Amino acid sequence: MKEQIQDLLAQATGRDASDFSDTTADLYADGLLDSMATVQFLLSLQDEFDIQVPVSEFDRSAWSSVDKIADRVKELQND
Amino acid sequence: MINWFASLPNFSAYGTPSYFIYLLIALVPMGIGLYFGKRFEWYEALISFIFIFFMFDGQNYKQAASLIVYIIYQTCLVMWYFHYRQKQNNSMVFYITVFLSLLPIIIVKFTPAMVGHNSLLGFLGISYLTFRAAGTIIETRDGAVKDLNWWKFVRFMAFMPTITSGPIDRYRRFSKDYKKVPSREKYLSLLQKAVLYLFIGFVYKFVVDYFFAQQWLPYFQRQAMAHAPHLSWWVVGVAYVYTGDLYFDFAGYSLFAVAISYIMGVETPMNFNKPFLSKNIKEFWNRWHMSLSFWFRDYIFMRFVFLATKKRWFKNRNVLSSIAYMLNMVVMGFWHGVTWYYILYGFLHGLALVINDWWLRYKRKHYKNLKSTKLTKFIAGFITFNFVVFGFLIFCGFLNTLWFSPAAMK
Repeated sequence: MKEQIQDLLAQATGRDASDFSDTTADLYADGLLDSMATVQFLLSLQDEFDIQVPVSEFDRSAWSSVDKIADRVKELQND
Repeated sequence: MINWFASLPNFSAYGTPSYFIYLLIALVPMGIGLYFGKRFEWYEALISFIFIFFMFDGQNYKQAASLIVYIIYQTCLVMWYFHYRQKQNNSMVFYITVFLSLLPIIIVKFTPAMVGHNSLLGFLGISYLTFRAAGTIIETRDGAVKDLNWWKFVRFMAFMPTITSGPIDRYRRFSKDYKKVPSREKYLSLLQKAVLYLFIGFVYKFVVDYFFAQQWLPYFQRQAMAHAPHLSWWVVGVAYVYTGDLYFDFAGYSLFAVAISYIMGVETPMNFNKPFLSKNIKEFWNRWHMSLSFWFRDYIFMRFVFLATKKRWFKNRNVLSSIAYMLNMVVMGFWHGVTWYYILYGFLHGLALVINDWWLRYKRKHYKNLKSTKLTKFIAGFITFNFVVFGFLIFCGFLNTLWFSPAAMK
C-alpha cells in the first residue's frame, strides 16, 4: 500500500517516487506537498482505494507523512 | 434608553493597558474554576456579555443592534441548514445557503463603493463572524459537523476574546475545547503561554507599534504628501513603516486574543509565525494572518481545485493552479473592501503565487543541482520581504490619498 501511495504522491506533485521514500518525513514541512497537489492526491486516493475523503476531514497534521496516510486509508477502508 | 446607551463609556478590545486589568480581574473566577476542573458557563457568558457590551455601546450603539440581528440571522440559517442536511443534500440549496450567509457582508462591502457611505448593517468584526458562519455551513455540507447546538454556536460566534478581529476559529475545533475542561497540567501550561503572549503583545502593541504608528508613520506620510501628487523616496519610507505598523499592531492584538482565549481554556489558533522570514510568497501566506489565509486555502482554493479536477474543467494542472491562486487572492482583495487598491493588492499577490510556482517548477527542471545555501536563502528572503512591503504600500491606500485626494491628509 505504501508503494501505491508513493506513486500517487509522485503523480500529484510531478516528482519522482523516490522523493517520498522516507515514509516518516513531514510532507508539508519539507515542501513536497502543497494545497494544489494535496487535492489531486486526495482525488486519486479516492479512486485507487475506493474511499471517501471530504476536504473538511482533511486535517494536515493527520495526513502529513506516507505512514500516516497509510493509516488513514486503512481506517477509512474499514468504515 | 438609546440616549442612555449612547452616553455610556466605550472600551474597545485590548485598547489600553488598563483594559487588561479589568479583563484579567474578571477572568480570575473562571481561571480558578478551570484549575479545579470546572467550567462556569453562566459566568463566562456573563463576563463575555459585559465586555462585548462595552465594545459596542457609546458612540458605537448602532453597531450593537446590527451585531445582535446578525448573530440571530446566522444562527437561524446555520441551524436550519444543519437540520435540512440531515435529511437531504441538494447542491443548489447549499449554494443558496452559503450565499445568504455571505449576503450581509456583500452588502456591507459594496455599499461604500455604490452609495458613498457605510452600510447600517455593518459592525466591527462582521468579516470575522462571516468566516465562522460560512465555514460551519460548508463543513455541515461535507457531513463533518455531526452535532450542532444553537447555544454553542452563538458562543462560538460571539466568543469575546476574538469577536472583533479574529483569529478565525472553526466550529468543530472550538466546540471540542468548549465541551471539555483541560487537565490541570494542560491548563497550567496554557496559562504559562498566555502570560508570555501577553508580555510579547504588550511590547509589540504598546511599545514598538507606538513608534511605528504614532511617530514614524505620520512623519513619513507628511513628508511624502509635501510632494503630492508626485512620488518621492518618502513613499518608500511609508511602505516600510506601514508594514512595521501593521505587523506589530495586528500581531500584538492577535497575541492578546490568543492569550485571553487560553485563560478561558480555549486554544484559539495562532495568527502569525515570523512572516518576514519567509523565503517565498507561498511560505509568507503560511505565516502571515494564518487563520485568514488557511480559511481561504481550505474553503476557496482547495474546494475550487477539487471541483475543477473532478469535473475536468482544465486539461493542464498548472493552468488550474494558476486560476485557483488568482481566484483565491482576488476574492481576498474584495473581502478587504471594494476599492482599487485592495483589489490590486489581491491581484498582485495572486500573480506572485503563480510566478513563484512557475519558478519552483522551472528550477526543479533546469537547475537540479542548484544548492540551497545561506546566500540563496538570503536572496529569496530579501525578494519576498520587499515584494510584501510593496504589496502593503498598495494595500494601505496611501497612494490613493497621494494621487487622488491629497486634501484628506490636511
